[in-house]
Amino acid sequence: MAKVKGVIVVDTERCKGCEVCIPVCPVNVIAMSPKVNGKGYNYMEQIAEECTGCSNCAVVCPDGVITVYRSK
Amino acid sequence: MYTELIKPENLVYTKTKVMTDKELSYCPGCGHGTAHRIIMEVIEEMGIQGETIGVAPVGCSVLAYEFMNIDVQQAAHGRAPALATAIKRLWPEKYVFTYQGDGDLAAIGTAETIHACNRGENIVIVFINNGIYGMTGGQMAPTTLPNMKSSTSPYGRDETEMGHPLKMTELVANLPGVYYVTRQAVHKPSHVRKAKKAIRKAFENTAKKTGVSFVEIVSNCNSGWKMRPTDANQWMEDNMFPYYPLGDIKVDGLFVNK
Repeated sequence: MAKVKGVIVVDTERCKGCEVCIPVCPVNVIAMSPKVNGKGYNYMEQIAEECTGCSNCAVVCPDGVITVYRSK
Repeated sequence: MYTELIKPENLVYTKTKVMTDKELSYCPGCGHGTAHRIIMEVIEEMGIQGETIGVAPVGCSVLAYEFMNIDVQQAAHGRAPALATAIKRLWPEKYVFTYQGDGDLAAIGTAETIHACNRGENIVIVFINNGIYGMTGGQMAPTTLPNMKSSTSPYGRDETEMGHPLKMTELVANLPGVYYVTRQAVHKPSHVRKAKKAIRKAFENTAKKTGVSFVEIVSNCNSGWKMRPTDANQWMEDNMFPYYPLGDIKVDGLFVNK
């Protein structure tokens, strides 16, 4: 089976840095950025390529800032 | 990163268009945002954006009409089920739901909730229970847990003096007008997916005209509980869930045997 590849796009200006998405990632490819957005929150970002596009992070994000793409 | 994957045909998840583009006014990590979104996703999947009327409460989610891209009426404090009754009776073909917190539904609105449930109105009641009055600064609510600290019970809730936490969901399950009662959570992906299924079932029930569908969502209030969002979610699992166990209580008018 071909490896499933995914990528997330984060609306960083809307992320409130609650970190709820961090523990739910099964492959640990998301982390909080040391940078802050316009509101002063550290935002989440993808840090490695192993994302499987499972959309767990997007499903729990209270602010709906994450968009998930996955290879078909 | 596989940026070449960012194409419309590879899209698997994005915020639904039935939510408006407004930024949510809730605190970071608050379950309200997720609860709003799953309700709107259900409305999108069922294709009933034009046929749904929501009733917003008083509390943190008083501004729900700003975020939900559907018709929403804002009710007086606790009176959402009464207003939803009127809306549903005037437009019986519409899908009507109320979205209420515990301060609204279980405190000032107890009478409206109980009687709307007892009359068996064909509405959906979504009840967000975080055990506290979040908007006004974390005061003790009827649903506050025993020994739980809040700004008006700084030494913890003393049950001999302040009474017991009100299990509103179990209470309304005993009424014959209530067809579907369930308790869910939205802090983990599996819980969010289950809660979404429960809300879908609740909306489908209203079309069957079988009575009230009551969905409780146990949620967090990290600002009121004075914790980080992830700690609040853990605290909720450790303390809220033993008292407010998740799962279906009444399905298709019959109690679920545990």
